[in-house]
Amino acid sequence: MAIDQGLQSELQKEGVYVTTWDRLVNWGRGNSIWPLQFGLACCAIEMIATAASRYDIARFGSEVFRASPRQADLMIVAGTVTKKMAPQVVRLYNQMAEPKYVISMGACATSGGPFHKGYNVLKGVDRVIPVDVYIPGCPPTPQALLEGLMKLQERIKRRSMAHEVGERQDEYLVPTLGDSGLVPRYNPSVWQPPAGPGLEWTATVPPKTET
Amino acid sequence: MTLPAPEELRTALEQLLPGVSLSVDGSALIVQDKDLLTVCRCLKSSDRFGMEYVANLTAVDYPTEQLIVMVYHLYSMAKKHGPITLKVKLPRANPVVGSLTPLWRGAEFQEREVYDLFGVKFDGHPDLRRILLWDEFQGHPMRKDYVVEDQNVLERSSASASGGSEGIASPRHEGQP
Repeated sequence: MAIDQGLQSELQKEGVYVTTWDRLVNWGRGNSIWPLQFGLACCAIEMIATAASRYDIARFGSEVFRASPRQADLMIVAGTVTKKMAPQVVRLYNQMAEPKYVISMGACATSGGPFHKGYNVLKGVDRVIPVDVYIPGCPPTPQALLEGLMKLQERIKRRSMAHEVGERQDEYLVPTLGDSGLVPRYNPSVWQPPAGPGLEWTATVPPKTET
Repeated sequence: MTLPAPEELRTALEQLLPGVSLSVDGSALIVQDKDLLTVCRCLKSSDRFGMEYVANLTAVDYPTEQLIVMVYHLYSMAKKHGPITLKVKLPRANPVVGSLTPLWRGAEFQEREVYDLFGVKFDGHPDLRRILLWDEFQGHPMRKDYVVEDQNVLERSSASASGGSEGIASPRHEGQP
């Protein structure tokens, strides 16, 4: 819904503010993203630095790191997701209240990173939960994490309440530990393998519903 | 006080322990698997060596020679010397060696790690279980012939075996195959 800019500024001079419900809700949501307080590897150190005074994530309203998934909006997957850790990551994600967002921080969380050919690491957290923003780096700098957070805010501000009403809020499949890795090895409704051999970098991530 | 060179160490140990035969490989002493505990007990308890600290305990896989070689690095904190490197050659098909946990408690977790990743069994270990991987895991991934699973292939058989997966698929991405 568009509001005439001239009319809006005229009204503001009289102390009347006009906005849309979507814009108001997204303004609130986008500026109070509470992250879930957990780190998996060295990326967590950069995440801690981002929260500390020099980089100060509080400027973006995200300084409230919650120790409970019930109170968190954002899961920053900061580090290597081992196969042993993956079920717990999915379970934590399931326990978060909607609306919830995921930032895949660093090479390991995005693709397995230096452990890509290993036996014990999940080749990307997007195989088990949906990811909103990927941040490259090993580890990414605090500036990069803040850039990712700002990208997420942009994403949130493009959403519309009307589209969220119809979304089903089911749980994601929690993988179990099998004899050589996770069972199932990925969640096919979140992630699909690349189309042909030698195309490891072209995996298709199904797009999220955008407004 | 510095340690003697490997050759002198070998002669000294063979004099102290009749019936034990050692050989030298670079800076390491090759010990027979049956002699390992005798040699270690001597190195720990003798006044001259006093190796009370096992800093490192690991294994190396040599698939072409069909060997798994155990490697031990011993230090003495009191005498400030070390390391003494011991190696034990084990057959790759059935690697069994005596546990050093009764001598050095610090060896317990390192032996469990070698058991987990290389499949070496330690006689006399008080609690020989996998330490890093989960109990259901099959195989020993640090062995060079271990084949890593293809994470891009969804095992349909095991996926259907996990049973009733309806209603747990993601809500946002319906319509994907």
